[in-house]
Amino acid sequence: MTAVDERPAESAEIGKARRRKEDQRLITGRTKWTDNIVLPGMLHLAMVRSPFAHAKVTSIDTEAAKGATNVVAVYTAADFPDGMGACANAWPITPEQVTPDHLPMVTEHVACAGEIVAVVVARSAAAARDAAELVDVDYEELPAVLDAKEALKDEVLAHPDKGTNKSAFWRLDSAEAGTGGSVDEAIAKAREDGIVIEREYRQQRLVPAFMEPRSTVVDPTGEQVTMWTSTQVPHILRFLIAATTGMPESKIRVIAPDVGGGFGGKLQTTPEEFITLAVARKLGKPAKYTETRSESLLSAHHGRDQYQMLTLAATKDGTVTGLKVDLLANLGAYVAIVGGGVPVLGAWMFHAIYKFPAYQFNCQTVLTNTTWVDAYRGAGRPEATFAIERLMDELAAEVGVDPLEIREKNWIKHEEFPFVSVSGMTYDSGNYEAATARAKELFGYDELRAEQKQRRQSGDPVQLGIGVSTFTEMCGLAPSRVLGQLSYGAGGWESAAIRMLPTGKVEVITGTSPHGQGHETAWSQIVADRLGVPFDDVEVLHGDTAIAYKGLDTYGSRSLVVGGEAVVRAADKVIEKAKPFAAHLLEASVDDLEFKDGRYAVKGTDKGVGITEVALATFASHNYPDHLEPGIDADATYDPVDFSFPHGTHLCAMEVDTETGASTIRKYVCVDDIGQVINPLIVEGQVHGGLVQGIAQALWEEAVYDDNGTLVTGSFVDYTLPTTADTINFVTDNTTSLATTNTLGTKGVGEAGTIASTPAVVNAIVDAVRDRGIHDIQMPCTPARVWAALQSAGSAEVAQAQPHFHEEAANNADPGTTGEGSGS
Amino acid sequence: MTEQIMSHTSPPVGSDITVEPLHEITLSVNGAPHTATAPARRLLSDFLRRELGLTGTHVGCEHGVCGACTVLVDGAPMRSCLMFAISAQGHEITTVEGLGTDMDNLSPVQQAFKECHALQCGFCTPGFLTTIHAFLETNPSPTEAEAREVVSGNLCRCTGYQNIIKAVLRAAEIRREGGAA
Repeated sequence: MTAVDERPAESAEIGKARRRKEDQRLITGRTKWTDNIVLPGMLHLAMVRSPFAHAKVTSIDTEAAKGATNVVAVYTAADFPDGMGACANAWPITPEQVTPDHLPMVTEHVACAGEIVAVVVARSAAAARDAAELVDVDYEELPAVLDAKEALKDEVLAHPDKGTNKSAFWRLDSAEAGTGGSVDEAIAKAREDGIVIEREYRQQRLVPAFMEPRSTVVDPTGEQVTMWTSTQVPHILRFLIAATTGMPESKIRVIAPDVGGGFGGKLQTTPEEFITLAVARKLGKPAKYTETRSESLLSAHHGRDQYQMLTLAATKDGTVTGLKVDLLANLGAYVAIVGGGVPVLGAWMFHAIYKFPAYQFNCQTVLTNTTWVDAYRGAGRPEATFAIERLMDELAAEVGVDPLEIREKNWIKHEEFPFVSVSGMTYDSGNYEAATARAKELFGYDELRAEQKQRRQSGDPVQLGIGVSTFTEMCGLAPSRVLGQLSYGAGGWESAAIRMLPTGKVEVITGTSPHGQGHETAWSQIVADRLGVPFDDVEVLHGDTAIAYKGLDTYGSRSLVVGGEAVVRAADKVIEKAKPFAAHLLEASVDDLEFKDGRYAVKGTDKGVGITEVALATFASHNYPDHLEPGIDADATYDPVDFSFPHGTHLCAMEVDTETGASTIRKYVCVDDIGQVINPLIVEGQVHGGLVQGIAQALWEEAVYDDNGTLVTGSFVDYTLPTTADTINFVTDNTTSLATTNTLGTKGVGEAGTIASTPAVVNAIVDAVRDRGIHDIQMPCTPARVWAALQSAGSAEVAQAQPHFHEEAANNADPGTTGEGSGS
Repeated sequence: MTEQIMSHTSPPVGSDITVEPLHEITLSVNGAPHTATAPARRLLSDFLRRELGLTGTHVGCEHGVCGACTVLVDGAPMRSCLMFAISAQGHEITTVEGLGTDMDNLSPVQQAFKECHALQCGFCTPGFLTTIHAFLETNPSPTEAEAREVVSGNLCRCTGYQNIIKAVLRAAEIRREGGAA
């Protein structure tokens, strides 16, 4: 017998750690970032922004700026009587939602610092920026409301004409929905004879802080207007330009060239994009705007900023009987494109991996005079995961058992999948036991617990804490019908097309729009396997509405599970479409053919023809069946049947120096179940980067305003991104339970690390000092905050509840602590 | 829709607009001599990108924190956003374009970055590549702690740094194995 490779051909590329196709241009400095684009006659823009958080513009004097060297024009909103489009809210969470109009340029009312009041157009960026200083704007300053709790009082209004700061209230109740019992009954019962844990957690405001500042170039010359822009959402942007400016959609081409990171921060349609478009069209000349880092931190949308009021009911043995969530979300000055919906995504996530019989989620969104808030990596799910994973640790402490034991008692067992959650989501697959067992093993859980005990007993000034986070998330946004029920403005499908070129090369056109995720590589692997063609022969095209004319872009860990499935289906259509051509060429019946390894073979014979040969034959089209048109290209649009639910167990060991408050990461292990892995190298990279962003929320990052609404973390000196000095090497691994909702069994991975890691770190810090009566430290857990908690611990007042913040405080006006690093 | 823009193309008669003086700057970039004019306040980063058209050097923060704009000045890493172009007069500058331009001619650091998946969006990458390239000239066999320290002044938002540190060590290995210079 001859040796036969039993491995199915389909597995040849999928699962392989292919080095990325994208890297060649990125490591040689030959990339096309938007700011690299130079067009003949191109003009440069500089924005004049309000320094005040809340103000009325009383006059704008542009004369001096207009007279400056090489200035071509200076415009205010008055120069655009027909408007310049609008920043739309695509997801009103209720029909009554209060949604202030968000125009690209202020006409009179400034609702947050950084709003644009005028634009200078000059022949160079430097000249534009110089002249922007000469624009003289008079403001009548108004009182500003910054903090969500203050906003709720409606004493100071962010938009006085709206009469309230309350934007919308949204509820999900398991008793009303018929998916569970009454949470109030569960809490009342637990107050009698069980355990009730009440906590308030603060999700501080963060900045996505992608490395490439946003940039837009618009070329209005020619029949179509072309916009290159640093965006995650070229297709959505094109649609919204047409919808809000009245320009025919067919006259707009949007290109996302190489885009330097997004993390949700570039899924907006921005004032800067609309203004650049309007100026270029008005002058009939190409125009470019590139923001400074300080503009980016101030005016690109922020993330998080929630207060979470939580009540967990359980029996004495730690079996959870109900969870009630009251969420207060600060939307900033405007309801961003999905800004109102982001906190609502938590509705399906607060109960996480657990079997809670009763559940209620209430979300109040409010408007304030701060930068608008929208999706930041995880978007609603990290916040929810933090809350429940912190609560489960609190419950374990209350019951007096190991945090893993309390989770095991409450989580869905692997044999219980598919499982309908208390919010009505169907979890298709998962195995929490397997991921946890593997994580414990890699972590050395028992050994570290022993060391913790030993350090406690010996009174070591450096205490050890162990943090657990067993998370799940919903990704692959989203089934269109679900989005429709939620009044989301678009569908959740994705599109792909495959062109079989006559020379045997394959072009894959995807509607997803990567900005670091490596779709060119991963999609090539999928197609190479599916069609049986070499990896290097596949070219992936994306991010240009003239090439990938149909798509819904990249966010919410949707690209692989939705966009990847569209690619699979397009490939399968090509195979089916080419089959009768192959049969014709082979003079065989279609029924006698089988497709394997890129070749149609006549069963039981050695006769066959390759799919690339069929492509050439249909190109020549000299000889093909009469009833067919010559061509085997195909496209597919896939509307997901459900979300996908990756999960994992993350374990973190933190060393806390009780004399200084400094926390150091000692060890971090994560075992994620993300279904079928296409490229383990890319997956690991996504996990690493995600972990650090989540850890950064726990330890370092916070967007801080002063009492007047000025962003004091307005540069990278003050908004402290982690560096290699702060981070460690992580231990990552995967367990696998395939998703059942797509062909390849994939789940999303882009946000997993960020969602899981924040509570793991904070749980570890609290665990290190819990024996001193501390059961919470507000994020970011800077040395100053940890130290303050240690100092106040033991006093009667604090022993009851560690205060998260003071009632009267502005939005975390605590700049004294934010500039500090890990102290490691 | 198009407006006449003639009215502002030249200074109005009698205006006291001053024209910023330009200076001729001659320097060597990636081994090639360049001469261009720029005002005294032109940053080296902007000069490289605009006057010389070398867009491989990226500007991430303009205030010397992120390190994306790092180039080598006479072989030493320098944040080009914190240096005036005119200060580079007569000096030798190396940008990412000077490390290796095609896949057959990559420097050890470039090879290692690709091998170790040390980049995702790639925007910060040129600053890392130049920094590490210079470091390995002086320390061809770094420890992991040294590898970690040398890039501690560069920000990356995508990778979580682990693979970058791996790439520093791998690049050292490639150099020792006699990889491309």
